[in-house]
Amino acid sequence: MASNLTYNLQGDKLSIKFSGELTLYTIATLQKQLETISFNKVNLIALDLHELIYLDTAAAIFLVKLEEEYSTKSKKTTILCFNEKILSTLELVKMQRTITNLQTQINNTKGLFLKNSVRKINEFFHSFLLFMEFFGRVFMTQVDYLKSLHNIRFKEIAFELNESAIKALGIVALTSFLIGLVVAYQSAYQLKLYGANIFIVDMLGISILRELAPLITAIVIAGRSGSAFTAQIGAMKITQELDAMKTMGFDPFAFLVMPRIIALMIAMPLLIFIADIMGVFGGMIVSHIDLGISYELFLDRFREVVDVKHFFIGIIKGPFFAFLIASIGIYRGLIVKNDTQSIGLNTTKSVVESIFAVIVCDTLFSIVLTNLGI
Amino acid sequence: MSIISVRDIHTQFDEKVVHKGLNLDINEGEIYGLLGPSGCGKTTLLREIVMLQEFTQGNITILDKSLNNISKVDAQSLRREWGVLFQAGALFSSLSIEENIALPLVEYTDLSLGMINEIVKFKINLVGLKSADGKLYPSQISGGMKKKAGLARALSMDPKLLFLDEPTSGLDPISAREFDALILKLRDILGLTVVMVSHDLRSIYDTLDRVAIIDEMKIAYEGTLGDVKTSSSDFVQTFFK
Repeated sequence: MASNLTYNLQGDKLSIKFSGELTLYTIATLQKQLETISFNKVNLIALDLHELIYLDTAAAIFLVKLEEEYSTKSKKTTILCFNEKILSTLELVKMQRTITNLQTQINNTKGLFLKNSVRKINEFFHSFLLFMEFFGRVFMTQVDYLKSLHNIRFKEIAFELNESAIKALGIVALTSFLIGLVVAYQSAYQLKLYGANIFIVDMLGISILRELAPLITAIVIAGRSGSAFTAQIGAMKITQELDAMKTMGFDPFAFLVMPRIIALMIAMPLLIFIADIMGVFGGMIVSHIDLGISYELFLDRFREVVDVKHFFIGIIKGPFFAFLIASIGIYRGLIVKNDTQSIGLNTTKSVVESIFAVIVCDTLFSIVLTNLGI
Repeated sequence: MSIISVRDIHTQFDEKVVHKGLNLDINEGEIYGLLGPSGCGKTTLLREIVMLQEFTQGNITILDKSLNNISKVDAQSLRREWGVLFQAGALFSSLSIEENIALPLVEYTDLSLGMINEIVKFKINLVGLKSADGKLYPSQISGGMKKKAGLARALSMDPKLLFLDEPTSGLDPISAREFDALILKLRDILGLTVVMVSHDLRSIYDTLDRVAIIDEMKIAYEGTLGDVKTSSSDFVQTFFK
């Protein structure tokens, strides 16, 4: 049964009469009706609930708020009701509202901004310490590995090599081939303007070997293996597999962390080598079609102008990038909390952070090597 | 003889105090229960005993080794003395049940593959699984089977100590009683000392020799179930009414 609202105005006295069932389904329409009433001359308001059959808590909140609202407009408001049940509902709502008001007041203490910032800084510092702890333990496990060949988990390393190198070969090769193609295509157009066709070899050789191949490989691997590490280890943490390993005396750092880091550090230079080949190959095809440089000429010129140091610089970057990607991915996996959202969040962060770290590392390489004149 | 002794353990997470001076002793050969309301820190204490978590203050001694500043070698040797069954089994999801049970044997012993297979089969049968189940992966089996498989893995090195975290939670009543019977049987056959966290009243009455009840950050009662009602803790009064 719906509820109805009637009101009558006598001088400065307004009486609003509710009848029927007042529930959360009906308060919206009543609200609109109430808004049409003009209160200009009114000083006394009576909310008449005598004919109300039923009042639910939502509607009770509505009435209590109405009363408060009118009171703040300095109009004297009274609720008229004899029904015990309705009165007790109203009483309950009022009591709860005062409790929640008190609580919010306590929460709204001053200095919240300062408190929050201190907590944020503290959290940041704490997570930095945790990351350092992680590095420390990686280092200690490494020391253990070096103590005896027996400690090295060759089986796990081989497994991870297959996962993160062999299976990634196709995508790395294709990506760098396309990058070689694109770079050559764009520069061919510019070089043609000056008739400097043959210089495409110098340009491609240096840019691909030195910068593009390592970066593209690292980005593909960060997206592929970095996220996989986080998700795998995060899921193992949630299912308590990590705890189980620890209680059985298997150090997760020896079983899960080091094999992944080592495998990726071995895999990355090899992948960069493949990326070099494919990138240059892509460039070669474009030079042939677009600029009319034959493959023989391209390779001859390549040998002449591209120093072998560029190749080695590209390869040397591999293990560094790999270490960053693997350690960030694994660290993010290890700090996953006991809920499923945490995996998604940390996986995203691990990919973003490792790509960022790789680019920062590459920048450092560039600055240092250029200043050293290499 | 006390095999585990917990002395004045304090635990604190940031500002939340979990334990405020716990003392208890677990004797050899008994089935000991850690009870208490949710969030009282039973599982936390269990994790502290098995070195998964550090306590803020106090000392725990297990098999005469103190966990404070324990050396890596001692810690490793302690870990071989116990088996732990986690709430959801915590089987390694990339390995089959057989491989899960065989893993400690492969890693820690020089046993031949044939011998390891024999041991694994024995453990599988001991906990009431079928030999054919061993080929399955954790994702392919039910919750009850995971618990049994987890127990088989915990037992694979024939430990002296067995820690169970809510072994019967999430099991149907029949499997739960079977599990209780299994624990009692294993204790008698293998002479295990069992420490478990439990909420299951039937299981508590059926299996436990002695209990410690943690309430309001302290031990509210330690002793046999017969005298438990002498404790004045609200939790004890409602739980064992």
